[in-house]
Amino acid sequence: MATPQTNNTLDVGAIRKDFPILGREIKEGVPLVYLDSAASSQKPSQVIHAMSRFYETEYANVHRGIHTLAEEATAAFESAREKVARFVGAESPRQLIFTRNATEAINLVAHSWGRANLQDGDRVLLTQMEHHSNIVPWQMLAAELGFTIDYAPMTEDHRIDLERYGQMLEQGPKLVGFTQMSNVLGTINPVARMTEMAHGAGAVVLVDGAQSVPHMAVNVAELDVDFLVFSAHKMCGPTGIGALYGRRELLEEMPPFMGGGEMIKRVQFDSFTVTELPSKFEAGTPPIAQAVGFGAAVDYISNLGMPAIRQHEQEMIERALDQLEEVPGVRIYGPAAEHKGAVAAFTLSDAHPHDIAEILDRRGVAVRAGHHCAMPLHEKLGLPATTRASFYLYNTSDEIDSLIEGLYDVKKVFA
Amino acid sequence: MDDLYREQIIDRYKNPQMRGRLDPHDYTYEDDNPLCGDRIRIDLRVDDEGRINEAAFSGDGCAISQAAADLLTERVVGMSLEEVKSYTKDELIEMLGIDLGPVRMKCALLSLKVLKAGVYGLDELEEELASL
Repeated sequence: MATPQTNNTLDVGAIRKDFPILGREIKEGVPLVYLDSAASSQKPSQVIHAMSRFYETEYANVHRGIHTLAEEATAAFESAREKVARFVGAESPRQLIFTRNATEAINLVAHSWGRANLQDGDRVLLTQMEHHSNIVPWQMLAAELGFTIDYAPMTEDHRIDLERYGQMLEQGPKLVGFTQMSNVLGTINPVARMTEMAHGAGAVVLVDGAQSVPHMAVNVAELDVDFLVFSAHKMCGPTGIGALYGRRELLEEMPPFMGGGEMIKRVQFDSFTVTELPSKFEAGTPPIAQAVGFGAAVDYISNLGMPAIRQHEQEMIERALDQLEEVPGVRIYGPAAEHKGAVAAFTLSDAHPHDIAEILDRRGVAVRAGHHCAMPLHEKLGLPATTRASFYLYNTSDEIDSLIEGLYDVKKVFA
Repeated sequence: MDDLYREQIIDRYKNPQMRGRLDPHDYTYEDDNPLCGDRIRIDLRVDDEGRINEAAFSGDGCAISQAAADLLTERVVGMSLEEVKSYTKDELIEMLGIDLGPVRMKCALLSLKVLKAGVYGLDELEEELASL
């Protein structure tokens, strides 16, 4: 078990022992080299055990039962909410809504806040580096309500073009939505500055933290954002649960998203009254054990320390970019290491990303190939697809070496 | 180095025999697999008896999708349109001679989908195409 870190460096050897899957081989004598954490991270036994222990000893439905298990399950569920809320600096756990994932959280904001506040003639401002999850919900709503979506462009080095962003804010968008870290380019956006600018223009700000919250300290109060969304499964937690943080006044005013049990105060045959936050947005039985796992995941990465995780990943990406650049034919997309998270998207000569990923897999190296749910961005880059290696707290420099050796295999096949 | 990237596949990928466009053509169709960005167009010329006498493919994508398209367009020259209709995915896979998982299967079968949709239209072969 990894012990809490007293200094700013990670004991990666100890951390790796916490992740049972990292000990497996992809085939005889070929250990797993997992470089796909931007798609989903692996899970430490602390998280896996927290969930199985919950099922084995405390499980029941939450919030309605009087019996002991119902009380214990409710306490575990709400304690997880408190942990996650505290982790992102929310003032109150009531401002932390459990959703299925970051995608559902954005859809919640679009359907609830969007439907109540957007109309024909309005504008929504996104960026060119958004994941589909922060584009399609707005496109679906725009088709219905008739507002216009604009996309703030990037600079030559794949960072947000703040000058153009500022100009586009002058058009008075009602909502500005952007990712804190691009899942393809790795670009870390200046959230506090972008939020301040958007607020100055009178816009509400939604930040997609799916790629940032797992990897760096994110504090909603410091950043002053109105909405922050993220997913548990990218931060050592289980699938099936994510979160929406919202500014209290906004959440209070918003109409409910889905209807059903738990989100109501009272129901009659012809009407219903909505209940308080956060239940108002949590219709139906929630992912209870997943919430417990989410809480355990937050404990796990908090104990290691977000600054230490960030520093480790910075070292990893610097090293990875240096080594990738030395491979003839490799082209890397995204800004310089100091402006990005631990994500390296690249192409290798004429080899198609799928072929690259397939050949890397022969060495046990798991990377992602494709458009990474960012087709508009790839269109902007003029590429149908890229190969992406992404790193997390359990990756080592030996694993970067395996990636590079695998790329030489690719070159051999396609020589 | 392994089963998937056999010499035939790599050779066809690097030196395709059937790459090009036919203009004019009797049949043409283009489709893509947006998941991975594979894109294939197939053009056909057919003689008076309904036999394919010329075929060509264009597009871009992974080695599997492009090599399969090259082999398939070569294979259909001389076939009647009826024979194209009854050409199965198993025959294509056998011709490729490689072991494909579910993900790469889509790459391999894209050209067959394009070929059949081009000759018969999507509606008529909806069920068969859905399984490709």
